[in-house]
Amino acid sequence: MEEDTGDRPSTNGTASTVANPTANGCSRRLDDDEFERYSRQMIVPGMGKEGQLRLINSRVLIIGAGGLGCPASMYIAGAGVGTIGIIDGDVVEISNLHRQIGHATFRIGLKKVDSLIQHLMGLNHLPKYIPYPFHLTPQNAADIISQYDLVMDCTDNPATRYLISDICVLLRKPLVSAASIQKSGQLIVLNCPPAPQGSLTPGCAPCYRCCFKKPPPPSSMVSCGEAGVMGPVVGMMGVAQAGEAIKILASALHMPPQSPTDPPERNLHQPTLLIYTYDLESAVGPYSFRALKMGGRKKNCFACGENSTLTLEGIKTGNPDYVQFCSAPTSNVNLPPEERITAAAYHAAKERGELPGHILLDTREKEHFSFGSIEGAVNVPFGKLLMKAAAIKRDGGAASEILPPAESGKGDAPIFVVCRRGVDSQETVEKLKELGLDDQGKRKIVDIIGGMRAWKEEVDPSFPFI
Amino acid sequence: MSDTIEVATIPITVDFSGGLEMLFDNQRRHSVSLPAVDSGGKPADIAFLISHLCEKLMKDPRAELFVLDSHIRPGILVLINDADWELEGEEDYKIQPRDNILFVSTLHGG
Repeated sequence: MEEDTGDRPSTNGTASTVANPTANGCSRRLDDDEFERYSRQMIVPGMGKEGQLRLINSRVLIIGAGGLGCPASMYIAGAGVGTIGIIDGDVVEISNLHRQIGHATFRIGLKKVDSLIQHLMGLNHLPKYIPYPFHLTPQNAADIISQYDLVMDCTDNPATRYLISDICVLLRKPLVSAASIQKSGQLIVLNCPPAPQGSLTPGCAPCYRCCFKKPPPPSSMVSCGEAGVMGPVVGMMGVAQAGEAIKILASALHMPPQSPTDPPERNLHQPTLLIYTYDLESAVGPYSFRALKMGGRKKNCFACGENSTLTLEGIKTGNPDYVQFCSAPTSNVNLPPEERITAAAYHAAKERGELPGHILLDTREKEHFSFGSIEGAVNVPFGKLLMKAAAIKRDGGAASEILPPAESGKGDAPIFVVCRRGVDSQETVEKLKELGLDDQGKRKIVDIIGGMRAWKEEVDPSFPFI
Repeated sequence: MSDTIEVATIPITVDFSGGLEMLFDNQRRHSVSLPAVDSGGKPADIAFLISHLCEKLMKDPRAELFVLDSHIRPGILVLINDADWELEGEEDYKIQPRDNILFVSTLHGG
């Protein structure tokens, strides 16, 4: 049977009153399976049968079935949240599995939502699982989110993060948001308790835009695919997300205070950003976790502030444009065609012996380089190269010092530059010319188009591209 | 007593997190002796600290990953003693001895 929103416990008297027999589902008996299954969490002080019934009557939407969504959904399902929606358009890949622990090797190629729900069914068959095997869009977001009591942002890109927050503001849904990359994680509870758009009552909780007004420029952002991520770091954030969601639902923290005897701090908490820093070079230390005090709702917030013009209709029809908002113009280098070569053409020229004594610079990070490189390549990571270039400019050294010592004496040997995907290499060519290494055009400095990814596609399919 | 100090400085710690440490020699925590006043004689505030960090501490030339149009770039939070700088007056906050200033870039992966 489909549960109706009338089931929400908070509308039925105070948390501490004796169960009201008419409170749909909130005062019912737990059946034997439920009683046994949830016994260890129900006996935790503050939880009780009432908290458990609230969880059973709650609907949670998990957006993203990846490194955050896997651990988050496992605890949400284990705790017995009654309806669990999961949305993700991706399929399981082998490189996901070190952190996306709700999937499995034998489910590679399956839609992530289907793979994860299979796992969750094995863990707890009682909740109702609703798969959405596609990505959240401005067109479908409101219809889906409106079906739930609480939203968990487990996505991996800023455009979707702003979209989710905006819809949560308009539909007044609490939002538990987390993010993680490499060795860092962040967590924040937003919009909880939700307040009407434009309301400026003191103590109103902030939305995502109140805390993170503008996205970082795309040039400064990297994905887990590019920068990497440690499984336990993203896992820790996903688990913490589930912890917050369970707390909010079991204690009805997203509802207005229900009784004058409720402690005043019950749901007027200080908005807090939790950050986790994981250092591969040192053991856990005083700054591994930090709880940062954030401001409340911003008067001039684009989404929830006083004069906000944001509407569900507008979002559906492309206003605001989330993709554009998150993709400010990047500095793009425009190299002339003669300074670029495809990976295949470079390989062919080298095979024909047309490139004797050339220098091949590989500007990937040393971790990437360590897995494999083109024969003869020398590694100068892009960041280091820029630093050297700046030092030469500042201190007036010879331009050739930017090359590794073994290569710097090679006179006018042509220089080829390769990176991971063909962006840094173009900037490197530009930088080397700027330093005068091209000897006013007499020495060739050439970008290999598309980087090592193109090399794998065009030349060596067995190349271990990461 | 130590020698007379010509320029009075304020001892503070500056932390970088969320990948910003990469721009500062991969070191997450720095002890900084910040001149107590800027070149115009104004008491040191966050705006001055940011330009000081760019000039003296940043090892990476990609300053645009830290500042944009001489303000902190979008996507970086500034925390003064663990509180969002908006609670403290943002760039105008006057630096106090032993303050801890944290710069953390917002993350989007997941």
